[in-house]
Amino acid sequence: MSLQQAFAHALLTPDATCPEGMFSSNGADPASRFAVYRNNVHSALINALVAAYPVTRQLVGDEFFHAMASLYVQAHPPTSPLISEYGSTLAAFIQRFEPASSVPYLADIARLERLRVRAYHAADRQPLDQHSVLQQLQGCTQLGQLRVRLHPSLETLESPYAIVSVWAAHQTDGVIATLNPWYAQGALVLRHGLAVKVFAIDSGSVTFINRLNQGAGLELAIADALEASAEFDLHQCLTLLISHDAITHLHLPPKVSP
Amino acid sequence: MMTPTSPYTVSPTQVPGLPLRAGLGLKIEHFTQVLETCPDIGFFEVHAENYMVAGGPFHHYLGLIREQYALSLHGVGLSIGGEGALDREHLARLATLIERYQPQSFSEHLAWSSHGPVFLNDLLPLAYDATTLSRVCAHVDQVQSTLKRPMLLENPSTYLQHQRSTLDETDFISEVIRRTGCGLLLDVNNVYVSCINHQRDPSAYIDALPLHAVGEIHLAGFAEDTDSLGDRLLIDDHGAPIDNAVWQLYEHVLTRTGPVATLIERDNQVPPFSVLQAEARQAESYLSQVAR
Repeated sequence: MSLQQAFAHALLTPDATCPEGMFSSNGADPASRFAVYRNNVHSALINALVAAYPVTRQLVGDEFFHAMASLYVQAHPPTSPLISEYGSTLAAFIQRFEPASSVPYLADIARLERLRVRAYHAADRQPLDQHSVLQQLQGCTQLGQLRVRLHPSLETLESPYAIVSVWAAHQTDGVIATLNPWYAQGALVLRHGLAVKVFAIDSGSVTFINRLNQGAGLELAIADALEASAEFDLHQCLTLLISHDAITHLHLPPKVSP
Repeated sequence: MMTPTSPYTVSPTQVPGLPLRAGLGLKIEHFTQVLETCPDIGFFEVHAENYMVAGGPFHHYLGLIREQYALSLHGVGLSIGGEGALDREHLARLATLIERYQPQSFSEHLAWSSHGPVFLNDLLPLAYDATTLSRVCAHVDQVQSTLKRPMLLENPSTYLQHQRSTLDETDFISEVIRRTGCGLLLDVNNVYVSCINHQRDPSAYIDALPLHAVGEIHLAGFAEDTDSLGDRLLIDDHGAPIDNAVWQLYEHVLTRTGPVATLIERDNQVPPFSVLQAEARQAESYLSQVAR
């Protein structure tokens, strides 16, 4: 084992001793000083998770979150120096983490919080101004074929739990009134200007937006949305997208000659 | 005597660089305040890795702040002392950032932080021997030729030493600078922390460095602990005001170097901007005393 391999191994392995070949010039036990490195590594990574998952942490409390994050850090240390991306697999870890099973929506809240981080750092793209979106929609003779490109920050999430309501209830201080998390809810996350926003949407809207993102035309996206939920409200969904500058491009597919 | 292997034989202090003033680490907490109040600060420094994102507020604010201030780009993830090859993707990201923001200075650490696929997110200590020396020099050469500019290498703060080391840290640093033509980012707090931890005289450590190559100085606060013998163990945590002993050492450095761009680093327990500004003013009062 190389010197750095042994050092890295000792940093990440629970209760590992100080790697050999290290010394303190005053003769102090190297382990008492190696502990500084170990603590630096673990506390910085746990703090990165604390910053990225504030509601996940609130739902289980500081102590539980720290213990869980510590196990995650040992099992899944970063594989990139881009710490803003660290923790992208925390939700999957929580899903399998038995002690967290008493909060069944915890993993989906973590998924939602990850989408918020991704939206915050997502690429910039100039949205179409709202007036020109409306003009193009009204003037288009082949509306059903229209392709709608959405902002790079925009993502959806579906959950069997009311994740947006749970998340929103933790955005203000004070006592949380009775909250029913036991119903299905979809989430839309996007960055509007510099601010990341979260909206509760129905499963029809989730399908509609996902189909648009996959390049489907309006007609097909609407049909699939209605299949997902008979209550899908196109007007409401488009209004939400347009009013938050989520549409960056409208175009018709290139004509294919017969 | 060997000639330097790098094309960068010009001392970084001779290259148009950061203004010879005090600068501050740019914290997201202070983005809007900086833009609204345009404080009289010599330059700002950012951690390169924080800006390796596609878009959003970080680039928005840094772009606006860069229009008005000189910028130092400070890397914390390149693992220049790593046993493995440098991460080419990461180097390419650095090149992209440098192209975008045209910083007056780029610096990285004499340390390692990655092993294999794992990034340990800390600046870990190197064994100072001939093998490490040639590896670090090769990596610094690679960075400078990829980025097409000289870099500054920062002296580390350490808590343990390697039995395998055959060179003093100061000799190791001097040799890297001589062979590669890179400059020195002299972190005075790191000097103090390491010297207390390893029972060295901080002034003697400073005097053993190639001070002609200093392109920037870092000042920061430390935390204090004790080791198994109950001796002081200083921890470079960037979470406290600059200690008096570090200010005194800084004054000593400046009498040897003359004015050097000086950064006040605070990454944890970030206080109000005015508190950091007061430390910057204090640094500038020392700088003005040695102005030529």
